[in-house]
Amino acid sequence: MLVEFALHHAWLVPLLPALAFLIIVFLARPWPKLSAFISVGGMATACFFATLAAYGVFTNHQYTEHPLVYAARWLTLGLPGMPELQINVGVQLDPTSAMMLFMVSFIATFIQLYSVGYMKGDPGFSVFFSYLSLFAASMLLLVISSNLLQMFIAWELVGLCSYLLIGFYSHKISAREAAKKAFVTCRVADFGLLLGILGLVITFGTLDLVELSERVANFREYTTFGTMTLLAILVFIGPIAKSGQFPLHVWLPDAMEGPTPVSALIHAATMVVAGVYLVGRMLFLFHEVPVAMDLVAITGAFTALFAATIAITQREIKRILAYSTVSQLGYMMLALGVGSLTAGMFHMWTHAFFKALMFLGAGSVLHALHHKADVWEMGGLVKKMPITSWTFVIGGLAIAGIPPFAGFWSKDEILVVTLNGGHYILYAMAAFTAFLTAFYMWRLIFLAFYGEEKPENHPHESPWTMCVPLIVLAAGAMTVGLLGTPWNNIWAEWIFFGEAHHSGEIAWGAMISSAVIAVAGIYLAYTLYLKDKEKVKVKALAERYKSLYNLSFNKYYIDEMYLWFNHTMVDGSAKLFYLFDIYVVDGIVNGLGGFGKLSGEGLRVLQTGRLQNYALVFFLGVLAIAVLMVFAGPSTASLVLGGVM
Amino acid sequence: MSFPVLPVILLAPLAAALVLVFVPKDEHKLIKSVAAIGTFVSMALSFYVYFGYDQTLGGLQYVIRHDWIQDLGVTFFLAVDGISLPMLLLTNLIGFSAIFASWNIGTRPREFFILLLVLITGVMGTFIAHDLFIFLLFYEVVVIPIYIMVVIWGSSKRVTKEYAAMKLTIYLLIGSGFLLVGVIALFTKSISILGAPDMSFSALAIAGSQLSAFDQKWLFALLLFGFGSLISMWPFHSWSPDGYAGAPTAVSMIHAGVLKKIGGYGLIKVAVVTLPVGAHFWAPWMAVLGIAGVAYAAFGALAQKDLKYVVGYSSVSHMGYVMIAVACLDVIGLNGAVANMFAHGVMAALFFSMIGFIYEKTHTRWIPDMGGLAHQTPKLAVGFMMAAMASLGLPGLISFMPEFTIFVSAFDNYGGLAVIGIAGIIITALYVLRAGANTLFGPPRTEYDHLEDIKGVELVPLVVLGTVLVVGGLLPSLLFDMINSGVVPLHAEISNVLQLGGNL
Amino acid sequence: MLTISLTHYVVLSAILFSIGLFGVLSKKNAISVLICIELMLNAVNINLIAFSKYITPNEFIGQIFAIFVITVAAAEVGVGLAIIIAIYRNKLSVNLDEFDWLKW
Repeated sequence: MLVEFALHHAWLVPLLPALAFLIIVFLARPWPKLSAFISVGGMATACFFATLAAYGVFTNHQYTEHPLVYAARWLTLGLPGMPELQINVGVQLDPTSAMMLFMVSFIATFIQLYSVGYMKGDPGFSVFFSYLSLFAASMLLLVISSNLLQMFIAWELVGLCSYLLIGFYSHKISAREAAKKAFVTCRVADFGLLLGILGLVITFGTLDLVELSERVANFREYTTFGTMTLLAILVFIGPIAKSGQFPLHVWLPDAMEGPTPVSALIHAATMVVAGVYLVGRMLFLFHEVPVAMDLVAITGAFTALFAATIAITQREIKRILAYSTVSQLGYMMLALGVGSLTAGMFHMWTHAFFKALMFLGAGSVLHALHHKADVWEMGGLVKKMPITSWTFVIGGLAIAGIPPFAGFWSKDEILVVTLNGGHYILYAMAAFTAFLTAFYMWRLIFLAFYGEEKPENHPHESPWTMCVPLIVLAAGAMTVGLLGTPWNNIWAEWIFFGEAHHSGEIAWGAMISSAVIAVAGIYLAYTLYLKDKEKVKVKALAERYKSLYNLSFNKYYIDEMYLWFNHTMVDGSAKLFYLFDIYVVDGIVNGLGGFGKLSGEGLRVLQTGRLQNYALVFFLGVLAIAVLMVFAGPSTASLVLGGVM
Repeated sequence: MSFPVLPVILLAPLAAALVLVFVPKDEHKLIKSVAAIGTFVSMALSFYVYFGYDQTLGGLQYVIRHDWIQDLGVTFFLAVDGISLPMLLLTNLIGFSAIFASWNIGTRPREFFILLLVLITGVMGTFIAHDLFIFLLFYEVVVIPIYIMVVIWGSSKRVTKEYAAMKLTIYLLIGSGFLLVGVIALFTKSISILGAPDMSFSALAIAGSQLSAFDQKWLFALLLFGFGSLISMWPFHSWSPDGYAGAPTAVSMIHAGVLKKIGGYGLIKVAVVTLPVGAHFWAPWMAVLGIAGVAYAAFGALAQKDLKYVVGYSSVSHMGYVMIAVACLDVIGLNGAVANMFAHGVMAALFFSMIGFIYEKTHTRWIPDMGGLAHQTPKLAVGFMMAAMASLGLPGLISFMPEFTIFVSAFDNYGGLAVIGIAGIIITALYVLRAGANTLFGPPRTEYDHLEDIKGVELVPLVVLGTVLVVGGLLPSLLFDMINSGVVPLHAEISNVLQLGGNL
Repeated sequence: MLTISLTHYVVLSAILFSIGLFGVLSKKNAISVLICIELMLNAVNINLIAFSKYITPNEFIGQIFAIFVITVAAAEVGVGLAIIIAIYRNKLSVNLDEFDWLKW
């Protein structure tokens, strides 16, 4: 009963946090505790419904073939018989969206709970929770969207929430700039996505995902292959920024200016995977265009490697995690690009747990150390903060890919599908990234949690509202990967594109090698950062490859390039346009005015003000008329003088 | 139909203005209350008309028609259809908010509010008149109060307020001069076609569409220049930023919010319908000018440091979208054009009212002199950011769907060319966010610590316009269904003519 | 015997008118200008009466008109002199060259 209700009223899931947002904004704002209660309560209820809905989907195999869709008319343009555009809003439930629905609402609930402790005493406490609720509503709306435009709307709304939350500490200039950067970067990419959507609606006449997928499958009735390629690439531009892919990843590390729960929720577990989700949702489009698929895969693999090489030299704890997120998102894109929705979504699922866990752990550390962020200044935290440290270590094992933790299974899945697809170079890149991932993540762990304690730090364990989410997510990071083990791949039975693939045989080679790679990475980090107490080797290495080190530490100077472009090219042309406007366009206008003024100046000389001059002119005029009449004859005169005579 | 609701809507502000003449000039509270009541009556009634209008029936409703000057075929013809109704509603929403946005006016409030009410009446008149003569009459009524209001209550920044007022007035009068020539030529030609003089839109539409292609082309060019300079079509836009910057808040609100839209409204309801062949001929040029306007003004806005100039250029940029949409000459495009005028009106009015409050409190509009205001005046910041987000076309606010429909139509009709226009959204995001960030966020400045947030009646513009902004964004069908009911028959007429004379 | 024909009257009138016009255009003194205007009016009167006498001898239209002109001229001189006196009080001059306040 209840499951049926949840299935057919899935719109309640985004609606509840939206209501929480409204209540907090208009009523509960003056009372922080009440606001937090409403927000967490709304989110928990939404999570409850989402779980029921997901349960409903995952107990009925018919939804894998035929998604449950219900929609209402939102807007119609034109009348029947003419080119008409109808836009619906609705719910589309299939295993992919049900999984996302559960994941987002589950993680959001625990992160909101965590925020109660983390944000305690902040003057913007209520506002923060209202933003979190709004974000949850938008994100859940995005997940259940049955229409591409609806998805785009939610897509922009999560962008707005991200903007508001990154800039939450708006008195800091860095936060303000980071928020703006995030929004504008995503805007640039959304321009591409918008063009793609426009192209799709013009070509296919619908934006409903199910209908669109049917029409795209027979796209030759509507359009050419070239147009399809263009459309797929345009659509992919949106996810490039949203999911932090090269070259529009620059906003994501800066987004860490926001409060840490925000980084965990939005910039690790949910919003940034929206791009991956969109590509997954639109895989029917990309699938038709091999070029676009390759583009997705290459972008993903390159981003994964690229971000990992940056992460190994960063010093701030959240920045390391941010680049790690970029890198993992690249993994997901790679999986989708080689055609495996299963692997991509699986990594997204496991990543959400362990990355949220690690961000919350980092938040706990920052909370304890009063926002001292440099990992080199931490050390030995494990003694004072056992829960935080151990859960973080679990996250580290998961992301490094140590079996049987969650990350191992999903990463292994990606490596296997890449290898099976025959993409050997991409496989090599992904495998090397895995090595780097294990290395930099354990570098962080060894530096921050092990080694010697720093006497100037006085860490303490965080309150229960913060620890409970850590423990829950750690449990998740340990276990959620078991859904997709090669022996019993429940995951692949439900979430797939095209045909469910049961490879049957287990790719032992890939599995063992990825485990070995992970262990090697951790071991290298161990020798460099824990065993070697004085860190002489590290310093020597950094000294020896100084240029490489600088390149990595400065993020390949990409930010500087954008900054230069923005300040010189964009602002420069703005200045030029403005000068053109006030001097040329306005110059012409003022010139016309000036012409009128000058002619007036000239003509007023004739106006002497002396009566006798006027009388003279008057007389001459009469004389002229008389002469005309006498010498030219009356007919000509009347012609010249017109109706006067 | 016994109750003459349109004349009442039209005359309520005028009646309030008449009452104000007899109110002692020191009774500031009373003056403002009378003005507020007058505009409130209009607003409430126009809501009543909006929701009472029968969309399935369509066409002109709430018709009032009396003979006036029979020799010229002028009739006092008031009516509304799906295109003029949103504009009427918009005028009243903004008019009502404008009264509250100028609540703190200290010098000569009585004269100010009388002029403001006359201005509102004039603008409303243009939108509900369906006789070209009456339309022009109301239009000319509008220009004069604006001049006086800018000169007396305006502010001098980059340019003096006298210059701004002069530029605004003369520019618009020159535009309307060309317009008048076109209208008179159209009228004289129509007499021989119709057999009797008739100035009503519908009669002129019948006559105009029978004109030769050549006549249609040059007449349309005249009308395009007239209406185009009013809607600040590039390159006839330069009155707009200066004018808005010089004008007092209420005038900026009404001017950017609705008065400018008379240009787009006239273009659709008069020029395009009457001269479809001419419109078809000039459409590519309109599209090019529109696209140029979008990109050009967006860059112009990026270079500004005065808040009002930012919004001034931004409104030029947004009106470029309307030009593109009109140039598409299809149902979706025209829908988008009207809807975008409505959306931009609400958004620009909210923007200007918030900037007005900021200026009133900080005595500056210079962006580098501000920062961190969100901490001292949070509600003001909310209003500002809502307007800013609407300006950059955030989905969920009113301006997204209009822009989207325009993009659909423009992309369909003009393809690659439209992409340049659509790219304007990036620059828009950049300048809007930059202005917002540098004004509202960052470290709070101590000199603004004493500022009071907007409160009481000052919240009215935020509440009224903000509600419309959000509701229109979440339920765009409220707006679009109405517009669609007006656009579809109009487009049917145009395409009819174009197909009959397809080879012209 | 030289008979006096219409031509003589017209020529006399033209000469008188020209003298008056010359005075109006060239005299600096406002009073002189006023007198010259009277000369022009009288030239007109001569014309009116002469034409009346020679062309419509039985009707007195021209004569009546001349009387009207004389009446109006009298009134005009009254007003004109009053204005000149008023100006003289202000400016202590009746020199027309100094009267250019009509100029912008």
